[in-house]
Amino acid sequence: MAEGLDFDGLRPRSPFMGESHATWRAALRRWIDAHIMPFAAEWDEAGAVPRELFVQAGDFGLLGAGYPEAYGGTGRGPDYDHFHGIVTSEELSRVGAGGITAALMVHGIGLPPILALGSDEMKARVAPDVLAGRRQISLAITEPDAGSDVANLSTRAERRGDHYVVNGAKLYITGGCTSQWLTTAVRTGGPGAGGVSLLLIDAASPGITRLPLKKQGWWASDTAQIFFQDVEVPVENLIGPENGGFFGIMMNFNSERLGMASGALASARVCVEEAVAWARERRTFGKRLADHQVIRHKVAEMVRRISAGTAWLDQCAWQVAQGGTPVADLSLLKVEATNTLEFCAREASQILGGASYMRGARLERIYREVRVNAIGGGSEEIMRDLAARQLAL
Amino acid sequence: MKLLVPVKRVIDYNVKVRVKPDQTGVDLANVKMSMNPFCEIAVEEAVRLREKGAASEIVVVSIGPAQAQETIRTALAMGADRGILIQTDQDVEPLGVAKLLKAVVEAEAPGAVVMGKQAIDGDNNATGQMLAALLGWPQATFASAITITGDSAEVTREVDGGLQTLKVALPAVITADLRLNEPRFASLPNIMKAKKKPIDMKTPADFGVDVAPRLTVLKVTEPPKREGGAKVADAAELVGKLKEAGVI
Repeated sequence: MAEGLDFDGLRPRSPFMGESHATWRAALRRWIDAHIMPFAAEWDEAGAVPRELFVQAGDFGLLGAGYPEAYGGTGRGPDYDHFHGIVTSEELSRVGAGGITAALMVHGIGLPPILALGSDEMKARVAPDVLAGRRQISLAITEPDAGSDVANLSTRAERRGDHYVVNGAKLYITGGCTSQWLTTAVRTGGPGAGGVSLLLIDAASPGITRLPLKKQGWWASDTAQIFFQDVEVPVENLIGPENGGFFGIMMNFNSERLGMASGALASARVCVEEAVAWARERRTFGKRLADHQVIRHKVAEMVRRISAGTAWLDQCAWQVAQGGTPVADLSLLKVEATNTLEFCAREASQILGGASYMRGARLERIYREVRVNAIGGGSEEIMRDLAARQLAL
Repeated sequence: MKLLVPVKRVIDYNVKVRVKPDQTGVDLANVKMSMNPFCEIAVEEAVRLREKGAASEIVVVSIGPAQAQETIRTALAMGADRGILIQTDQDVEPLGVAKLLKAVVEAEAPGAVVMGKQAIDGDNNATGQMLAALLGWPQATFASAITITGDSAEVTREVDGGLQTLKVALPAVITADLRLNEPRFASLPNIMKAKKKPIDMKTPADFGVDVAPRLTVLKVTEPPKREGGAKVADAAELVGKLKEAGVI
């Protein structure tokens, strides 16, 4: 249950988190408060995070959190499990600038397919630089004509001797303009899921054009449209078996959804924290805003939804930690988390009134990030459909 | 060479302290505590000396309540090798601390003690000097640079007229000033690994030191409230006001 109306008090105490998670949280918070928090509004307005932040985050160990020690990561074990991952996601969300997280942690979706399916040579070539913050890697799946419908993507890679020739286009690629590596889904075989492969593409290859897209929120992170025209990619850059890329793409989604759900619920906590701080200060009609019944009910509703969602998040993460793949749960959890975020961003904004509409504060940025959470990483509609299928409806 | 670094748990420097209503001291309830910033600088310097090859082992020691283990863990995460906690809930005065540290020095035989010049709670600026006196060791206080060569250390101190450089024979007590270095952020993996480094638990009685207070605090009060200023039109009015106030 919630124990207070600030960011920490709003998180129901997790039966799965102990002293190790508390240490992790305190360490992260101290680093984030010094290196990110004071600059969040500035970087969001500037539309980018400074390059040195990647190296600082690499040195600190944030980029390598949960990745194999052989490549400079922390490894996994009692001192890094799924709940440490949730803590990381929550603490980054506390900044209230999802664009900074999207920019800094872009390897969270780009690197895992390489570590899961790539050759040892490829892992050693890519992972250490990425985890140290020297290079970035983006995941390029979505196309102008295929998003969630991955099996129908049409960017083509044709084998010619010792390289592939890639032609096609990708859309809405997070970090796509700045990353040096692109983990790219291409069609190497026939139609459908069985003809999809993953290719590691050097973004500086001749024939690649990258254009930035302007967005509603997430300003600190760039989002790209990428065109491939006769781009030559060495065959050793094939990630996993030819025509076996679909599995790698799907596998990625489960951890991405757990991360997005924790981020959305933590952002909702930021909304309540800001709204409550305001409601306790602001006086109208002779009393505090917090003393008006209409405001009190709004806060209670927000707390109710955050508590329920976070308890479910912990349950799902526990299932994953036991080795399970609760696809239906993870899909619906993401819907619940982003619905809660949307509700809290709205209600908190109503409580702040005009102040919520002014740029530079956490709540205003979070409001502009509701849609990217509710649509990115699998839209609510796709998530519900996936869950219904998993539950054999 | 082994380095001994004493560290103290104090109110975090960001916290705005409140005086207790009964004026017996500062309110510590639910207040964020951290490592004294000067101690953090001393730990950083010890770690840098080891990175340069001038030191081989770093032992941190703290005197305080059970929670001072967290302070020791912070130092271990920055790179110290092991810790000693001399556990007491008593507020130990500088002379008591110096006597306990002397006992630790005798047991550990370090090549130097590197410590903060003062703690930001009591601002006594006394422990390092007292420790050097008790040990009969040379002292170099307020260091803004430390170079160790062989069996001596060159210590730069910021003095009124510029920089003063001292050469002291080792073993010695060196106290750190603010500009000695900028302490690092311990990395996440090092913070997690620090949990497994050993901390020896001791009590003042183990060293036969009586830490009962010799000083009595009569009263702790808030500093006087700052009063609003006033603008003057010209120098003549300013001089008039100053005369009025009896300042000139």
